[in-house]
Amino acid sequence: MPDQTPSHHVPSRVPSGVPDGGVTRRSFMRTVGLSAVAATAQTQAERLGDAQPSTEDTNQFGPEPGRIRLKINGQTHQLTIDPATTLMEALRWHAALAGTKEVCDRGACGACSVLVDGRLVTSCMMLAHDAVGKDITTVEGLAKGERLDPIQESFIRHDALQCGYCTPGLLMASKALLSDNPRPTFEQIKQGLSGNICRCGTYTNVFNAVLEASGQEPLRDPEGPDA
Amino acid sequence: MNRFTIATATSYDDASAIVKSDRFALPILKAGGMDVVDHLKEGLWEPDALVDVLRAEGGAAAPIQEHREAGRSSIRLSALTTLDEIATSTLIQARCPALAQSAGSAATPQVRNVATAAGNLLQRPRCWYYRSKDFDCLKKGGDRCYAVQGLNRYHAIFGDGPCHIVHPSNLAPALMVAGGVAHLTGGDRDSIPIAKLYHTPDRGVRDEHNLKPGEVVTAITLNAAPNSGFYAIKEKQSFDWPLVMAAVALELDGTRIANARVCAGAVAPVPWMLPAVGQALRDVSIDDDAGLKAACARATQGAAPMSDNAYKLKLLPVAIRRAVLKAAGKEVE
Repeated sequence: MPDQTPSHHVPSRVPSGVPDGGVTRRSFMRTVGLSAVAATAQTQAERLGDAQPSTEDTNQFGPEPGRIRLKINGQTHQLTIDPATTLMEALRWHAALAGTKEVCDRGACGACSVLVDGRLVTSCMMLAHDAVGKDITTVEGLAKGERLDPIQESFIRHDALQCGYCTPGLLMASKALLSDNPRPTFEQIKQGLSGNICRCGTYTNVFNAVLEASGQEPLRDPEGPDA
Repeated sequence: MNRFTIATATSYDDASAIVKSDRFALPILKAGGMDVVDHLKEGLWEPDALVDVLRAEGGAAAPIQEHREAGRSSIRLSALTTLDEIATSTLIQARCPALAQSAGSAATPQVRNVATAAGNLLQRPRCWYYRSKDFDCLKKGGDRCYAVQGLNRYHAIFGDGPCHIVHPSNLAPALMVAGGVAHLTGGDRDSIPIAKLYHTPDRGVRDEHNLKPGEVVTAITLNAAPNSGFYAIKEKQSFDWPLVMAAVALELDGTRIANARVCAGAVAPVPWMLPAVGQALRDVSIDDDAGLKAACARATQGAAPMSDNAYKLKLLPVAIRRAVLKAAGKEVE
């Protein structure tokens, strides 16, 4: 965002080595992530014991880590988190749902967009505690089993990604837009996706993907309907 | 972010009581959290507790309501009404379009779904020296405003300092021209007009508002202003902080402007009323473009731009004229 605050270094928390032998990079990292989470959860549970109240029982959470329950893509996840944990961190590092991306970490780029009770939010600027009791939908929740959501199919058809890092956020923003407005105008599409930044500049293909997913003709002229 | 406790307030009075009690050393009120979380991430604030008012009304904000009495209409928002709810409310769009437009123009869909009305009014300035922990500026107890000798492209063109922030609220200028009032609990008064909510930096540089510790905004009311409009000029029009913004409320007699209230934003440390422009707009026809331009040109009287922001002198009259046209129901690009 043309924000007036300085930009920030995004820390890398991903192991650099990739093992060979039939393990994909993603499945390897997911396994590493899950065991790390399990180990952390176990030590915290041991340290805290079962006496640690979950946030649902009290109006006070913290300052020690505690248990919360988040309903993500229809499944309830019990997570042990520090109160300062954002929803993005809870999803990526605690629930091992790495589809939600961290980029600017200041609510300015939209890469971490998810739906909370159907509303599009930047999960990096929402405390995980704020999402307790709500329905959270991440990019992993768009497909029904092996069947992709129509907006995902449309993104593929229109090659609506280059590096792909903004794609989960753009998919969620497109999904939210079409849920509110099943047949948006070109201008409404631009407004609905205005909180998502694509560094590769693939906006025109994204707009076309949304147009087609809403039953409209894609544009031949990428500059817009009047250009 | 530092380690803290989240204390969930069950009501606004509860929130106020927690803040005023000695239960926590440095409690900070939080609603949507957009600005609070930003301060925490930047290390600008290190509270030992966030007092969460998101559930102060039982989980969902009270609906936007219209109250009619003796032929006059007023609108009531909850402090927790989101910017998106304001922008998309057909009631607000009809009764105070400037407010709906100001909310819809702010930030992004993602932010508007979370950010609250009271939070928008009480957010801290976006000055890059204030927002950077490395600059010990006046607002943080330091001895100077770095914008004076430094980079001040986005700073104030009005006001005598000593701090040269612009107030960032989109809603405040619209509420200023619509007689907005913030309703309070936890103090010795029930309400404060938005026109008295803020102070200039010479009257206290560490904060921007006149609320006392423990005072909590519970609701906002405003008068109907059906002929009102808002216009913001940004470097990236779809999503950016405004370079200048203007809210205008008109009383029209046919095409003649019978009365006009004009408030500018992003040009001064507080929402900046422009009574001289309102006066000059009186009796001008909304079809008289030269007359409108002449009246709006008065907006920059008394301005004192800094080294890098004189461009705002050109933008401000344009934003006001476009807000006037929108207030009169005309299409503006």
